[in-house]
Amino acid sequence: MLLIPCPWCGQRNEDEFMCGGESARVRPDDPASTTDAQWSDYLYNSTNHKGVVREWWWHVNGCTKWFVIDRDTVTHAIQPASEEIS
Amino acid sequence: MSRLSSGGAIDRRQVINFRFNGTSYTGFKGDTLASALLANGVRVVGRSFKYHRPRGVVSCGIEETNALVQLRSDLDQPNIRATVLPLVEGLEAESINCWPSVNFDVGAINGWLAPLFPAGFYYKTFMAKPWDFYSRFIRRVAGLGQVPKVADTNSYERVHHHVDVLVIGAGPAGLSTTLAVARTGARVLLIDDQSDPGGDLLFDTAIIDQKPALEWVKESIETLAQLDNVSRLQNTIATGYYDHNLVIAVQTSPDESWIRERLWHIRAKQVVVATGAVERPMVFANNDRPGVMLCASVAGYITRFGVQPGKRCVLFTNNSRAYEYLSVLQEAGIKVVEIVDCRESVDDDSLKIAQLLNIPVVAGSHVVNVSGKKMVRSVTVRSINGDANLHTVSCDLVCHSGGWNPLVHLQSHSGAKPVYDSENVTFIPGKPIQSERSVGASNGRFLLSQCITDGLETGQKIGVELGYEFPEISFEKQTNDVNYAVEGFWAEDDNTGKAFVDYQNDVTRADLALAMRENFQSIEHIKRYTTAGMATDQGKMGNPNVIGIVAQMSGTSMTATGTTTYRPPFQPVSFGVIGGMERGALIIPARTTPITEWNISHGAAMNEAGANFRRPFYYPKSGESMQDAMNREALATRNGCAIYDATPLGKFELHGEDVPELLNRVYTNSFSDLPIGQGRFGLMLREDGRLMDDGVTFRIDDNHYLMSCGTGAAPVVLGHMERLLQTEWQDLKVYLINVSAGWANVCVCGPLAREVLSGAGMDRELLDSMKFMQIKTTKVAGFDVRVARVSYTGELSFEINVRRRDGLQLWELFMQAGKQHDITPIGSETSGVLRIEKGFVSPGIEGDNITNPYDAGLGWVIDMNKPDFIGKRSLQRDLNIGGERQHVVGLLPDDHNAKIADGSALVPVQAPTSGNPEFQGHVTAACYSPTLERTIALALLKNGKNRHGENIRISGLEGSFTATVTKPVFYDPRGEKMRA
Repeated sequence: MLLIPCPWCGQRNEDEFMCGGESARVRPDDPASTTDAQWSDYLYNSTNHKGVVREWWWHVNGCTKWFVIDRDTVTHAIQPASEEIS
Repeated sequence: MSRLSSGGAIDRRQVINFRFNGTSYTGFKGDTLASALLANGVRVVGRSFKYHRPRGVVSCGIEETNALVQLRSDLDQPNIRATVLPLVEGLEAESINCWPSVNFDVGAINGWLAPLFPAGFYYKTFMAKPWDFYSRFIRRVAGLGQVPKVADTNSYERVHHHVDVLVIGAGPAGLSTTLAVARTGARVLLIDDQSDPGGDLLFDTAIIDQKPALEWVKESIETLAQLDNVSRLQNTIATGYYDHNLVIAVQTSPDESWIRERLWHIRAKQVVVATGAVERPMVFANNDRPGVMLCASVAGYITRFGVQPGKRCVLFTNNSRAYEYLSVLQEAGIKVVEIVDCRESVDDDSLKIAQLLNIPVVAGSHVVNVSGKKMVRSVTVRSINGDANLHTVSCDLVCHSGGWNPLVHLQSHSGAKPVYDSENVTFIPGKPIQSERSVGASNGRFLLSQCITDGLETGQKIGVELGYEFPEISFEKQTNDVNYAVEGFWAEDDNTGKAFVDYQNDVTRADLALAMRENFQSIEHIKRYTTAGMATDQGKMGNPNVIGIVAQMSGTSMTATGTTTYRPPFQPVSFGVIGGMERGALIIPARTTPITEWNISHGAAMNEAGANFRRPFYYPKSGESMQDAMNREALATRNGCAIYDATPLGKFELHGEDVPELLNRVYTNSFSDLPIGQGRFGLMLREDGRLMDDGVTFRIDDNHYLMSCGTGAAPVVLGHMERLLQTEWQDLKVYLINVSAGWANVCVCGPLAREVLSGAGMDRELLDSMKFMQIKTTKVAGFDVRVARVSYTGELSFEINVRRRDGLQLWELFMQAGKQHDITPIGSETSGVLRIEKGFVSPGIEGDNITNPYDAGLGWVIDMNKPDFIGKRSLQRDLNIGGERQHVVGLLPDDHNAKIADGSALVPVQAPTSGNPEFQGHVTAACYSPTLERTIALALLKNGKNRHGENIRISGLEGSFTATVTKPVFYDPRGEKMRA
């Protein structure tokens, strides 16, 4: 079980959190201007790469804060992301 | 009897009675079941997994593969290792894998049929024909032990613990590590699987600083006991090592007698693995016969339990350390008749030991076969190079020692890969992946002096790394080590008999050869094909032999062959301790409302509802069937008055100037112009355009809104809005507060609802003036309430929201006031009937991850002229793609009393002449409508909204019915009743 650093509560067990996926996936500012293909890509695709991934996590069974961490998908090494939002 | 007249750490004054396979025996306090059985001369303790060969005790510790028993006296537990099971009064155990008895086992015929059961037998034989047919027979005989038939009533618990340093194992290495770390002041937890500290020293006659080793253990423990920063747990075994230095350990029989086992979740800044090593068997024909035992284990039974496992012994070894035990054997009266050493040259020290004890050493030779079935009678020995020196030695005990395997399992769980140590012919811990160090024998330091030094040095390093001061102390520890000098040896198969590499899964050297002939090359594939190393022992004893033999057969090195991955748990873990206290009603604790107790005491049939609530299903009166009760409740709602507990609905308060903007973005329709005191039905979509939830949002004041949503959807809706506000739309000035649990909500509905409420003291003028979808703040009998006129039943309906603590009083007030109108409490099943009659689409039922709002007939709630809302772009995509879609429709079966199961398929009325009928949709909800006096259903049907009036066939488990497709509304299509 991972230890996730919540910015408000500190290191807590993973089962208090939900992963919100890659933070690089940002909702397009003007969805109407996207093509169907671009929109599907935003909806369904992640880079899912091996290595450090910047992710949203939600402290759902805690303070309910959403925050960003950098997680290495190979080693599970976790760093709080240097900026609030990617 | 094989008990020695003296010696051992057993209390001979305390006799313990136990039963094994129905026979009564006695042992002493301090015995394990295995030692007591050996002391009673019981040689055959079980049958093997596949060939049902008689098996005896092979080791004296956690690595045991053969002596597995079904423990009948303490619960009914399968596959308990007799070697670690403490003997207690009244213990009762049975052998596994045998019928009718361990001494005469019908399944042993598998041994004669062995040529028919090679590795991969099941894959080859049964996959071509229907597996379902064979599985009935195979399941009956497969597997170890029997699943317990009675529920476990014991108590278990789980605790979390945080320390600087966790030391696993209280043997010489673990103890010295703990001593060193403790002196720095770091907080240390020392856990150990045995009842007493000492590890292998408990089974040994070693000397430390001119004293018996156990004296040193005792002094060390006394030192640690005086330190506040050290805690210690015995009977606690680490079963898994997980991410971020989390170790899970199971403590059995803690001091608190009401707990059977306790699960420890231990987070440590540094983990020290000091789990030691286990002796490895030699691989030779019939090496599984009862009486073939590991050398150090035989010495262990003598030293710790005063048991003599045999009288005439042959020692078969590939290392010098085994010679260390010769004097122990001889002193116990065991005649060691010959030492068979597969090394060509044996070192002088070892030869000197043999010479002193007057034991002949046959070097460069190996044991090629064992005779005797239920006990060893003799061994056949010959030279490694050809048939020279072929001879037979009679004996009743074979001690074999193939070297030692460090228990690298926990380190392997942590993500590290074991590496091959050619000097010691074994796999040792590789580069640590987490904050972890292995010490002592588990680190490939097999000599006692190495263990202690390794531990002390590592302990000091850790303390300093963690920022503690380390006082100067001397490390010198004198021990009576002998050298190890192991040489790997795996003989070619000469077909003299089965040579086992994995006792527990009955895998032989020949199985490995077969797997390789069939071109399995990777060790991971060979493991899975032969099942070597896959049983409950996880290859603790046999794995290096498997790797050695595979390397030899394939002509590669042990390093190139590599190891398989060891996975948690290190030893079997009971389901009880995994569940802990979360069992029965506590698995998912049910949420209650202020009305729950009233409902139960008034005979409501309670049922699971969304968000972990339990709600009344219906309220049966005496003699009423479920259908009767539902009919009565539904008719009361339509014709008189009804009451239900709507507290579980989600309720969120929204404050701030940007609330309308948020609502416009999360709902499909517009909320810009909602007047104060008014509510509006809103539809919420997921970003992929599928139904998420529907509900009514009221405007309480300028910047103050109240949103309601479905019970089950409440956590999802809250999470959805929280996420958007905290991530995508941080600029919106909105406070979102979940008040679901703060308010009780009592709904009074039906044509007589106003009479009931005014009778309870509500202002009649207010009731008459309130329009559909309005909300008012008022008082009822002194309670401050919010009254909302919304309807989920299709009738005139008022939801009265009140402080949670006042909910029950308000409910009882309405019940009293409604008495003269025969007010009827209704359950969720009746609400379902009312919903289906009205054709109110439920996102959780008609929404099936494909249905979009147009499919559901909710197009009227969608404002595609808004610049954006969640789901809009995906809806546009649906429209762009076009094509045939499923729509929500109503169904009127020709048979008015048809019993239709939810989920029934919709197919064309005419059955096809060949093949399966075309699937055209399914029934989402069906019920008997007492108002219409017939069965009705809602369904999703291909192109349904253009097919009203057509006939369709409903095909389900309950039968096949023809039906007419209609609009999905059966009652009051214009909504005049609920607006009345």
